[in-house]
Amino acid sequence: MSAMKAKHQRLVLILLALVALVGAGLLAAYALRNQASYFYLPEQIRDNPPAVGQAIRLGGMVETGSLKTQPDGVTINFVVTGRDRSRVPVRFAGIAPDLFVEGSGVVAEGRLGPEGTFVADNLLAKHDENYMPRELEGMSEDQARTMAEDTTVGLK
Amino acid sequence: MIAEIGLAALWLAAALAALQLVAGALAVRGGAGSEIAALIRPAAVVQGALASVSFVMLLWVFAVTDLSVKLVAANSHSMKPMVFKLAGAWGNHEGSMLLWVTVMALAGGLIALVERRLPERTMHATLAAQGFVGLGFYAFLLLSSNPFERLALPAAEGMGLNPLLQDIGLAFHPPTLYFGYVGLSIAFSFAVGALITRQVTPEFARAMRPWVLGAWVFLTLGITAGSYWAYYELGWGGWWFWDPVENASLMPWLAATALLHSAGVLAARDALRAWTIMLGVVAFSMSMMGTFLVRSGILTSVHAFAVDPERGTFILALLALYIGGALLLFALRAGTISEGERFSVTSREGALVFNNVMLSAILAIVLMGTLYPLLTEAFDTRVSVGPPYFNPVGAIFVVPMLIVMAVGPLLRWRRDSFERIGREAALVAAIILAALVLVSIIGDVAILPLLSLALAAALAVGSLLPLKGRNLRLLPIATWGMVIAHFGIAVALFGMASERAFSKERLAAVMPGEAAQVGPWTVTLEAVEPVAGPNWTAIEGRMSARYRDGDPTTIAPQARSFWTPPQETTESALITRWNGQLYAVMGDQAAGGRWQVRLWWKPFVTFIWYGGMLVALGGVLALIGRVLSDLKRRSVTRRIAERKAETP
Repeated sequence: MSAMKAKHQRLVLILLALVALVGAGLLAAYALRNQASYFYLPEQIRDNPPAVGQAIRLGGMVETGSLKTQPDGVTINFVVTGRDRSRVPVRFAGIAPDLFVEGSGVVAEGRLGPEGTFVADNLLAKHDENYMPRELEGMSEDQARTMAEDTTVGLK
Repeated sequence: MIAEIGLAALWLAAALAALQLVAGALAVRGGAGSEIAALIRPAAVVQGALASVSFVMLLWVFAVTDLSVKLVAANSHSMKPMVFKLAGAWGNHEGSMLLWVTVMALAGGLIALVERRLPERTMHATLAAQGFVGLGFYAFLLLSSNPFERLALPAAEGMGLNPLLQDIGLAFHPPTLYFGYVGLSIAFSFAVGALITRQVTPEFARAMRPWVLGAWVFLTLGITAGSYWAYYELGWGGWWFWDPVENASLMPWLAATALLHSAGVLAARDALRAWTIMLGVVAFSMSMMGTFLVRSGILTSVHAFAVDPERGTFILALLALYIGGALLLFALRAGTISEGERFSVTSREGALVFNNVMLSAILAIVLMGTLYPLLTEAFDTRVSVGPPYFNPVGAIFVVPMLIVMAVGPLLRWRRDSFERIGREAALVAAIILAALVLVSIIGDVAILPLLSLALAAALAVGSLLPLKGRNLRLLPIATWGMVIAHFGIAVALFGMASERAFSKERLAAVMPGEAAQVGPWTVTLEAVEPVAGPNWTAIEGRMSARYRDGDPTTIAPQARSFWTPPQETTESALITRWNGQLYAVMGDQAAGGRWQVRLWWKPFVTFIWYGGMLVALGGVLALIGRVLSDLKRRSVTRRIAERKAETP
């Protein structure tokens, strides 16, 4: 080690640590803007759709009469409705949550397919009497009122 | 009566914490009134005992289901099995906070009882800090979360415990994690104590290290157990969800891991003084922030018991007071801590500094990802941050850290050269390359699992290299600890990568008598039957699973319906082989009498938790090694002192 470097070792170490941490912070900030999965309402999907394949969450009401199970017994199709008659068809292959029923609220995690169908990887419905997907709290007032009746039984 | 005893003990413990703070402050200041210092250690010990009494009283009211206590009525039920009645005592907000302060008081009592290596003045400052932090949490419990509150009229029956929590995991996971979380309060108090008296020495690091190791072992076990619990209880087949609550346990672990390594440098080489102190403050700050995230109701998850803004504000105020206060003290005093010994970049210290910086960067990334949704929510944009962010961004810092980890322990202290460890470094590089090529040939594996598999192989070999050419019987226990912990990281990494890369999933609707294939398994649904437990009913699918041409094993996953409170849970069924696990979940009835079943074959997934346990075992060995060598050193110095006394 050169004498110069040894003399300023503490400073050099602090600078290196700062550079790494600031770098990590900037990287995180950049990645968060691109990788965070945004929450969409059906009317937002209609008016300003996200890019095909981008991970998003879709929240709304399951339209009554729209829930159909495919012949394979595990794929379901249904329609999520929002304000102003906005509708988004959803496809989900898997075991639906127990409290997932027509006419109640749901948050679907997944991505919009090229043909306009939302392909869900995961469905979040009412989980127990206290748990409601947080996103549903931000829905329009009339929806929220309906949904509150459906999904917050037992909540003070 | 029992509840009142518990409450009284809690008030007395709080009073003793206050005494500890005042007496400690007077003793550190010196001059008049400093004879009160004799009270500090006894106060800390009695405080620990009283908090324990209070906690035992809480267990008591839960054991007998005393429904005149509000907490019991709200969270328990007379028909629950005894183990869940007891575990239910901490399966709620108030009880878990009482567990928190009890562990904190016990930790303070323990250092008061056994810690003799610190200079007495630093010890007084440390215990005063421990009392000060404790006081805030006592205030929180007594003023806004009293676990012993009585109901005016006893309830007829309790409301029951969240069924997801009615699992044996609840008996172990929260206490283990809390020992880890709150154990880090010792590191915090040590750091504050040393800042007050400006005595940051290798002896200080040697005194602090066993406590950090102990907390870190509990934290490691708690995270490992929590991950396995989520894996089999939630029925999603995942073992880590980047849930904010999981992150809240990961962040203190990252900080504590960095602290362990920097305390090692301070103990051995008298360098990284200010940095070690800083990490001591940060580690417990992360624990407190985890509590804030979980207990404030900001998050909705199975971990968030109650949404109560008043409590959130209270914890936030405590957080600001302690973290802000400690950081302010650090800012004022850090400049006066003189610079430690210097070292060359290529040295053991250099590698450990690199490890510390990488761990801190990972901590920063996890922290930002966890807080970002809270931040955007303030601007009315709802986002969720998950694996697409954490995995690749974290990997940018994890990968270099693992590479340095594979060769770092081979470097000598103070000054070394890369040429000396050239052969070993070449070996590690060769393994990485060979594994990359080999795995790419075997199958189509995504970039992150591929890298992880290669690094796991390299680290597994690299972690054993320090054993090369040494007499294994003479190797210090602490060195064994390091080797096993590092090897455990490689094992866990291999499990994670293998699960990601090679898992097979099958979702099918089958008639009873039909079979479904998943990977090498053939699973036949034999029958579907209703079954009943003490406080639930379930649909049980009896399946026989056959691995290749082997004998069939019977498994019975259930879809359970609890009635107190009403909730559905999936009870997955697992078959564990040495090379992986079959994971089966029962779904709903589909059209035509068929039943949905979801099957996973997860090769080597169990290595994740074996690895975690190895890491914890390494920590235990390091702890034993450090304590033994310390006892030895003390008996030697005593004998020297005796000999001096004999020959005047």
